[in-house]
Amino acid sequence: MTERRTIEVGAFARVEGEGALHVALEGDRVVELRLQIYEPPRFFESFLKGRAASELPDLVARICGICPVAYQMSVVHALERIFGVAIDPAVRSLRRLYYAGEWLESHLLHMMFLAAPDYLGLDDALAIARTNRAEVERSLRLRHLGNRILELLGARPVNPVGVILGGFARIPTRGELASLADDLRRARGEAETLLRWFGSLPVPRRPQEVELVALRHPAEYAMNEGRIVSSSGLDVAPAEFERAFEETQVEHSTALHCRIRGRGPYLVGPLARVLLNRDHLSPAAAAAFASFADRFEGTDPAASVFARGIEVLQAFDVALETIDGFEPPADPRPAWRPCAGRAAWATEAPRGVLWMDLATEASGHVREIRIVPPTSQNQARIEDDLRALVPSLLHLADDQVRRRCEAAIRDYDPCISCATHFLTLELERRPRQ
Amino acid sequence: MNGKPKLAVFKFASCDGCQVSLLNLEQELLALAERIDVAFFLEATSHVDAGPYDVALVEGSITTEEDVARIQRVRAASRTLVTIGVCATSGGIQALRNTADVEAWKRQVYPHPEWVHALATSTPISEHVKVDAEIQGCPVDKHQVLRVLLRALLGAAADLPGASVCMECKRRGLVCVLVAKGSPCLGPITRAGCGALCPSLGRDCYACFGPADDPNPTSLADRLERLGVHRRDVVLRLRGVAGWRPEFRAVADRLEGGRD
Repeated sequence: MTERRTIEVGAFARVEGEGALHVALEGDRVVELRLQIYEPPRFFESFLKGRAASELPDLVARICGICPVAYQMSVVHALERIFGVAIDPAVRSLRRLYYAGEWLESHLLHMMFLAAPDYLGLDDALAIARTNRAEVERSLRLRHLGNRILELLGARPVNPVGVILGGFARIPTRGELASLADDLRRARGEAETLLRWFGSLPVPRRPQEVELVALRHPAEYAMNEGRIVSSSGLDVAPAEFERAFEETQVEHSTALHCRIRGRGPYLVGPLARVLLNRDHLSPAAAAAFASFADRFEGTDPAASVFARGIEVLQAFDVALETIDGFEPPADPRPAWRPCAGRAAWATEAPRGVLWMDLATEASGHVREIRIVPPTSQNQARIEDDLRALVPSLLHLADDQVRRRCEAAIRDYDPCISCATHFLTLELERRPRQ
Repeated sequence: MNGKPKLAVFKFASCDGCQVSLLNLEQELLALAERIDVAFFLEATSHVDAGPYDVALVEGSITTEEDVARIQRVRAASRTLVTIGVCATSGGIQALRNTADVEAWKRQVYPHPEWVHALATSTPISEHVKVDAEIQGCPVDKHQVLRVLLRALLGAAADLPGASVCMECKRRGLVCVLVAKGSPCLGPITRAGCGALCPSLGRDCYACFGPADDPNPTSLADRLERLGVHRRDVVLRLRGVAGWRPEFRAVADRLEGGRD
């Protein structure tokens, strides 16, 4: 009889929200692996029913304190499609600036505060600051610029208040945008320095076969619109999401699992985006991609941290491009009339594709809303990753197994609070029968 | 061990936004970390100190049986307990379930509702344990948290504003969006603290800092109806992110029942 071993990772640290992992082993075989999302459900899809269209950008922001912009952008586009609101080109480009702000804020928080301690074997970024204060302060300065963008368009970085149907409550002045552009230009080199520092860290390698899914736009690095494409040839409009993907419930998680019909788990997020949309990277981001080429040859979730760093550069360039070409919108607050209708929309949250399907009554109030956040989509993929990883760690003490599993989960930057409909590691080593 | 006061940050049902607001203290957070021991803050550190703690900041509302028990343990381990944000202080947006049939909601979202363990209500921390100070906001204002935290470490009580957002508009010299534009602004009944952010963008406040001291929602609701806002939408506005606060709830219930 082989040794029975159980390892449990209790409440995960350095992730957003609450979760746990249970692994049961018979000898070196993983017989059971459950990523448990015990974040209590908050029932957004239920209580949003009956709410007014104009309230939705403010209400859906509350789904996630790290990526409120993503929820605002998916819902406002769906509403505009239903009501037939034309989007002014200036508003369209300000929304790219706005999303760039959130990518900066979220990616830099993840890179330095959540992920970097793993590479250095430390508990937190505060401990990194004791030996590498310049790098921590650099990441804070860069992240602060993301928050500045959010403040300029939404008055505050968490639950920003500027998004309205058709545009923004207040359009920034040329002077405000020019001053932001000056600061972005000055800091841009620091983003490259920070990425080089991450390149010098012992980031593990975990290459594996993964189907990648991201939005794709014919002319630009997709943020607010595009078709949903995959590395295996899937190519559907957001309205066809349910034909291509299925959601299932598992007993151990309050977040629904998502799979590509007939195929299985898939990956959304910065790694998928960078690999599927590399031809639309800005010259500086493309150069950074080339310098990490050996990390992007296969698909390796552990290389996600570099994808985030590349997207930091991309976000700088999207922001600067937007500001440089800015012409104020003809009508900053276009009138709109509610009507009954239905629309599906997807945008690229920092953690990946965020899909919504919205139906309204004639009065514009919500008849039905479905929200599929990125972490829900990555959940089955994370379990597959761990199932492959755990057998290679069995020679290690339980505490080390725990640390390595937690670090692997963090590569996906799971945003557990987003579980609109989501971690602790339990590793159970059972005797082989 | 090192004699620094111990800070703990706990999360219950929430969006993490108030914890992110703490992280948004940026450089101030690094300075703060030199003066205090971050003993428990799962979102930011793997370091876990079992307590006791000098100050605990609590984000989120109580929505599960497990959390009913956990908040008791947090209280027992903490000298000063400060709730941060509207979820912790009033149940949050998820308290919209409190008047609904949650079992029916589970059936709508989950094929196996029996696997989902959630209470029928989302309640503020103060309904479960003694709370030493409440910081409002959805999310909290990070500087208010820093101020309350520093005062708590010095043994001083919190000093938070009780006036309405209108006071902040006047101080900032903002044009009143309700009077000048007829926007359905909830500023007159909403606690100050954000800095009148919504009116500063030319839009209506939606009460994310909860009720001001002695608010008059009845009078404001009447004014909004006279501006042409449909009663259904006036009720929705009162049933917002802080809708479970008794001051807002009572008036929303009355309007909905048509009893006025």
